[in-house]
Amino acid sequence: MSEQIIKLKDVCKIYQMGETEVKALYNVSIDIEKGDFVAIMGPSGSGKSTGLNLVGSLDLPTLGNIYLDSQDISHLTESELAQIRGQKIGFIFQQFNLIPNLTAKENVMLPLLFQGIDKEERESRAEELLNLVELQDRMEHYPNQLSGGQQQRVAIARALANNPEVILADEPTGNLDTKTGEKVLEFLNKLNEKGTTIIMVTHDQDLAKEHAKTIYSLKDGSLEGVYKRTGKSWKKL
Amino acid sequence: MKDYFLLAFNNLKHRGLRSWLTILGIFIGIAAVVALISLGQGLKEAITGQFSTLSADRLVITSAETGFGPPGSTAVKKLTERDLDVIKEVQGIEKIISRLLRVVKAEYNNELNFIFTASIPNNKEGAEAVYEAFNLKVEKGKKLEAGVKGKVILGSDIASSNTFDKKIEVGKQIKIQDKDFEVIGILKKSGSFQVNQVILMNEEDMKDILNIKDEIDIIAVQVSDKDRIEDMAEEIKRKLRQDRNQKEGEEDFSVQTPVQALSAINTILNIINLIVTGIAAISLLIGGIGIANTMFTSVLERRKEIGIMKAVGAKNKDVLKIFVIESGLLGLVGGIGGALIGLSLAYLTSFSANSALNTDLFKVSPSVPLLVASILFAIIIGIIAGLIPSYQASKLKPVDALRQ
Repeated sequence: MSEQIIKLKDVCKIYQMGETEVKALYNVSIDIEKGDFVAIMGPSGSGKSTGLNLVGSLDLPTLGNIYLDSQDISHLTESELAQIRGQKIGFIFQQFNLIPNLTAKENVMLPLLFQGIDKEERESRAEELLNLVELQDRMEHYPNQLSGGQQQRVAIARALANNPEVILADEPTGNLDTKTGEKVLEFLNKLNEKGTTIIMVTHDQDLAKEHAKTIYSLKDGSLEGVYKRTGKSWKKL
Repeated sequence: MKDYFLLAFNNLKHRGLRSWLTILGIFIGIAAVVALISLGQGLKEAITGQFSTLSADRLVITSAETGFGPPGSTAVKKLTERDLDVIKEVQGIEKIISRLLRVVKAEYNNELNFIFTASIPNNKEGAEAVYEAFNLKVEKGKKLEAGVKGKVILGSDIASSNTFDKKIEVGKQIKIQDKDFEVIGILKKSGSFQVNQVILMNEEDMKDILNIKDEIDIIAVQVSDKDRIEDMAEEIKRKLRQDRNQKEGEEDFSVQTPVQALSAINTILNIINLIVTGIAAISLLIGGIGIANTMFTSVLERRKEIGIMKAVGAKNKDVLKIFVIESGLLGLVGGIGGALIGLSLAYLTSFSANSALNTDLFKVSPSVPLLVASILFAIIIGIIAGLIPSYQASKLKPVDALRQ
């Protein structure tokens, strides 16, 4: 059995909306192995983004525990969480979320800045990563000078800046046409082949089935089913 | 840390116009402070320059009511040689000078003017004391020495075309009370208009043309121990009262001590300073509120950006640092700009005031500590104004910040 990288144990996330309680996630337990390519699926409101935020330590669970590399992160302070995010997790968002004031290169350098890495190393690392996503000739461009696909590739380069163990992608192709979306997923596949764990939220079943190795299906905040790929076929666990 | 400065600077640069508008508040505040304080010191110098006759070791005795003004033909008893002798008896006098100060009819190039004329004492020591006391410097020509008759020297305004249409050069003849005098010197422009608008002539000449017998307009006493000056003033008053057989409070003369006059000047200056400080405080407060306002808006607008920074590993203190540096930079730029504008404004004001009044009394006193202090102050205001918004920004939960 391979190593676990993320473990959710009886995790609940409950929001208080005025008088009513909204159970965004309820008693979800998930084990994710290192090197897996996970797709989290479900209709909107099923809690998939909430789950991703919790795994990405952007949010804390109301109940239950989350382990990242066997470390319980459910009760850490914001600064400790920031440290973990910076070192172990790379984010890719549907809206790319690049900082508009910064060039492509500066955006990629940003996560390295918060790790206290000096400027020369930040620059060479950013150049290397932008080469990897084939944007070597767009380094000094600002986000608004780049196409959607290019922006998302900058975002991928940024997510990779600190050599994270896990890449979290929230509908990474949601704002892209099919062809550019394919290209983005190609990069994610390449990373996964090199051993990076990928967790992707999507509502596109075809996309999930084509690229993922494991699919978690959520409905109304609860886990509905887990599917594993064996060759071309899928098996429900 | 340098990288955080660059990042903060980048953020401000990209908000261009808005950053400048924010800075405007601090700009105006600091400019007002620097301009007003620089001019305030100039003003103080201008006012004290007017009282250049005042010195901590000098008493001035005049007959009552006339003061420095033109002595009218009133029934007021003039000071006389006798009074001079009475005063000389007081212990501790180092020097004593008697002078005449009158308005005369002066004619030059067929143009008539009425001008103050002051006497130069007939003894060498007294003449030198006059030059020294008023800090008189001859710019053209030479000094009017004691005992030199038939010659005058002119204040700079009299010689320039301000008084007579035609400029008066050294060597020209000027008719005073229908008698010709040769101009042998012109005084350097002074801080005091009394000096700039005077004709100086020999005491005997003056008595002669004005038909003065035994009269003195002003007696100036220099004391040897300035700590005793108040006591000596009392002593002189007592002696003169005794001699004139007058009761206390009924004197027809006055003994002016420098302390009285200087304390009056200080009161005026303190009021001016208070007003200046008030205006400055208000404008800086407004500047600070402007920065706080911009930073609050900036935090609201950049929620998502804060979320992104946190998602890529920025700790609370990193975010705090960036925002505090930004507001500090706003203060810094506002401070530098304001200091420069304020200084130029002070020079501009002094230049226009001087050309309008045709003097050089309004001097700007630029002070490096003032400039440095106001820039530092602007930075501090920026930082303080930015603290709460920056703290708010740093405390944003990443998941909330990203949800937009």
